[in-house]
Amino acid sequence: MAGASDAIFRADPPDALVRVSLGAIDALYHRPSGATHLVAAPVPQILEALAEGPTDAASLGRRLAARFELADGEADLLPALAARLAELEALGLVRREPGVAR
Amino acid sequence: MRHAIGLAVGPATFRVGSAWRAPIDQLRRLYAGYPAVDPDRQVPDFTVRLQPARPWRRFVRPSIFIGGDHWLAEAAPMALAHGLLAAEMGMNLQMALGWRRHLLLHAASVERDGRAIVLTGESGSGKSTLAAQLGERGWRLMGDEFALLDLANGMVHPFPRLVSLKNRSIDVVTADLPPGRLGPRLDGTAKGSIRHLVPAPDAIARMREPAMPALLLFPRFGFAAARRIVEPGEAFVRLTEASTNYVALGEAGFGALTRFVTRVPALALDYPDGDAAIAAVEALWAGMA
Repeated sequence: MAGASDAIFRADPPDALVRVSLGAIDALYHRPSGATHLVAAPVPQILEALAEGPTDAASLGRRLAARFELADGEADLLPALAARLAELEALGLVRREPGVAR
Repeated sequence: MRHAIGLAVGPATFRVGSAWRAPIDQLRRLYAGYPAVDPDRQVPDFTVRLQPARPWRRFVRPSIFIGGDHWLAEAAPMALAHGLLAAEMGMNLQMALGWRRHLLLHAASVERDGRAIVLTGESGSGKSTLAAQLGERGWRLMGDEFALLDLANGMVHPFPRLVSLKNRSIDVVTADLPPGRLGPRLDGTAKGSIRHLVPAPDAIARMREPAMPALLLFPRFGFAAARRIVEPGEAFVRLTEASTNYVALGEAGFGALTRFVTRVPALALDYPDGDAAIAAVEALWAGMA
């Protein structure tokens, strides 16, 4: 099985998620599951970046770096991002493309 | 069942049936000022049954089992002397487990000038006592147990059942009230002594009149006076815990609750005694006007 670093991840379609900012945290209502999630940065930003299209963690990291003007090649970004993606996958908010790995 | 009564509280209607006469007679007296419901002509939202734990227990050491549309399997039978409490608990249980027309918050609420304060907190926080006291001091008591949040327009609907006063709060709240507004004192219940209070006539007459929430309070009795702003995220979490039907309502509940916490300012209010709490609420309200 491919690790989180080379797997392709996909977000649900934009209308699957209702997002309301509650100040420091966001409340997410996930329509397919009926579950409510409370998330803090960087989770909403990751979901937004992933909504542009399915991709792997490295490419997603580049999307986030471009959006938030992160220093290119921040050494700790990729492992942290892979960990967040694994958590989001466990919550059912992102899905791993079956059998596809780069 | 042998004895029965129809009751309307806020938007909900009940049929309470009992194997014994006494609890129904007490309900009939205490709910005399509420709109009449004829359970033989109108199908109520919920049925509550006070029935013997075993058939012979109607006579021998009478013991009440609370039944109805929704019930808890592990609920312990109660003494017949606590029949009124059993009926009230049965009605609360139906609301907590079965109501779907509003987001049900375990909260008290009071209204003045068309705007409501919602008070929520754990059992023992004093919200019920504080709401009852405000209800005798120029506020309309909308309810001491459940606030019903409208899923479409965000208003709070009243549920002004009998106020359940416990232990020390009994004397504090009932000192100046006529006996006609009070139920029998029930000693030795699972929560100590309990006495029911009929809300003021205004609270009953206007029990179908909602109000827009203006303030959310998390009161806490028995602490040095203090107040703290509660951020919307914390309010959201605490209110999901204070709702019995949030999950069942799905996206409608999410929409109603996120709207509530983003529009209504919230404060945690610690207070040493009832007078301090009333003064604090009045000061907050004056500051919001």
